[in-house]
Amino acid sequence: MTQYVFYFLSFLAILSALMVVFSKNPIHSVLYLVLTFFAIAGHYLLLNAQFLAVVHIVVYAGAIMVLFLYVLMLLNLNVDAEPVKKNWVKFAGVLSGGLLMLTLVATFHKAETMPLIQDNPEIGVTANLGKILFGEFALPFEISSVLLLSAMIGAIMLSKKEVKK
Amino acid sequence: MENYYIFKIILVVALFLVSLLVAMYSTYGERKISALMQDRIGPNRAGPLGLLQPLADGIKMFMKEEIIPNVSNKTLFILGPCLAMTTALMAGVLVPWGGKVEFMGETYNLQVADLNIGVLYIFGVTSLGVYGIMIGGWASNNKYSLMGAIRASAQMISYEIAMGLAIIALIMTTGTMSLGEIAAQQDAGLANIVYQPIGFLIFLICAFAELNRAPFDMPESESELIGGYHTEYSSMKLGLFLFAEYINMFISSAVIVTFYFGGYNFPFQNEINEALGLSTNMATALGTLVMFGKIFFFIFFFMWVRWTLPRFRYDQLMRLGWKSMIPLAILNILITGVVMWMNGKLN
Repeated sequence: MTQYVFYFLSFLAILSALMVVFSKNPIHSVLYLVLTFFAIAGHYLLLNAQFLAVVHIVVYAGAIMVLFLYVLMLLNLNVDAEPVKKNWVKFAGVLSGGLLMLTLVATFHKAETMPLIQDNPEIGVTANLGKILFGEFALPFEISSVLLLSAMIGAIMLSKKEVKK
Repeated sequence: MENYYIFKIILVVALFLVSLLVAMYSTYGERKISALMQDRIGPNRAGPLGLLQPLADGIKMFMKEEIIPNVSNKTLFILGPCLAMTTALMAGVLVPWGGKVEFMGETYNLQVADLNIGVLYIFGVTSLGVYGIMIGGWASNNKYSLMGAIRASAQMISYEIAMGLAIIALIMTTGTMSLGEIAAQQDAGLANIVYQPIGFLIFLICAFAELNRAPFDMPESESELIGGYHTEYSSMKLGLFLFAEYINMFISSAVIVTFYFGGYNFPFQNEINEALGLSTNMATALGTLVMFGKIFFFIFFFMWVRWTLPRFRYDQLMRLGWKSMIPLAILNILITGVVMWMNGKLN
């Protein structure tokens, strides 16, 4: 049963990820990306990482993609307004994308799979995750939160620049 | 195990029907209450006291001509109201509607699913609610609809943050994220409102904003945007958008009652049940009735506010969300933490 769910979710994730790239309408792309996030959240659930799954939905599907949609709706992109890129730009894009893929494939091919989930199936449950994040990994957790805070302040500074003049 | 599935299926179907029924009569209630507030009579033609009015409205909605603007994006235009309705119906499964029920010799909780991430799930569904409005508004290919959709998304994201922070303080005091446990904890002790008065206030205000109810109905403000995101919709598609709003109102009232007002519990319930000699099922039924009483009060409250307060201006709405609600919610978390620390509840 779990296996079938896994195959279905993987199929859905890959299909919708491909549709993000191939659909002509940017709004459709965003909606397919939301679907991809749902499929990935399903994978998290299969790994018994409930907290991660729901936070993934809340943050990505519920907030970030809504902002994406927001911006795209304001831009109102369509076929006429689509900028035509030069050929060498397209070529460079394909080349760098291919290199990135090569690096990723090589990395994951060599990487040892960490049997974290098998060792401790309850690790993704909210209470355990909280204890680990605020106990063992308290310092990295706090540092990353400071990083987010600085990014937020940076964004506010950038948007305030024009008012100061 | 089979009994379990039969029980859950019955519960899901019942929940679906009750949600629709309550939403249907909320439209009637809204019109009657607005009439009361404005010293009018309200609907009184269809049936006694106008009680068949929602049915007549429903038939009217179905019979009306369906117009799909031919410049709009047809798929997304249809998807919009469907999504609005789906997300509206999704949150109800987590609400504990009553205590224990004996069904075919086994005891179950009167709740479809008791996830241990229940609070987060509710939060997730709320954050998805905006898609129906955004997609519908954009696909209409109408400037008013687009303005409504954009307002809806900005407003919902702004108020979600304060809502989440208010919920964090609640989770701190209850120590669980399961709605079933939150309701059960308020059994003997006091309701959570006693411990979280500020949290409740923030949650309530954010619920108004998330529901797009007046005074936060910027996305559909009829005097500025004709009808906002549903300007181009007609027939039952418009009906679905309006219906989704009432279902959302019902479910969020239920969530508020569960979080802060003891859910299906009521004062001296054990004594009363014993004095009346009620069986388990009857006691649960009484609890459910009490819970619906509380829910109807909150639905009434939503309507009361709508017909009393004028709409915010958009900048006022944003200032309230970002500069008042969020700092207040953070302060609430801080106070909750300090009080818990002084009572030795943190370890």
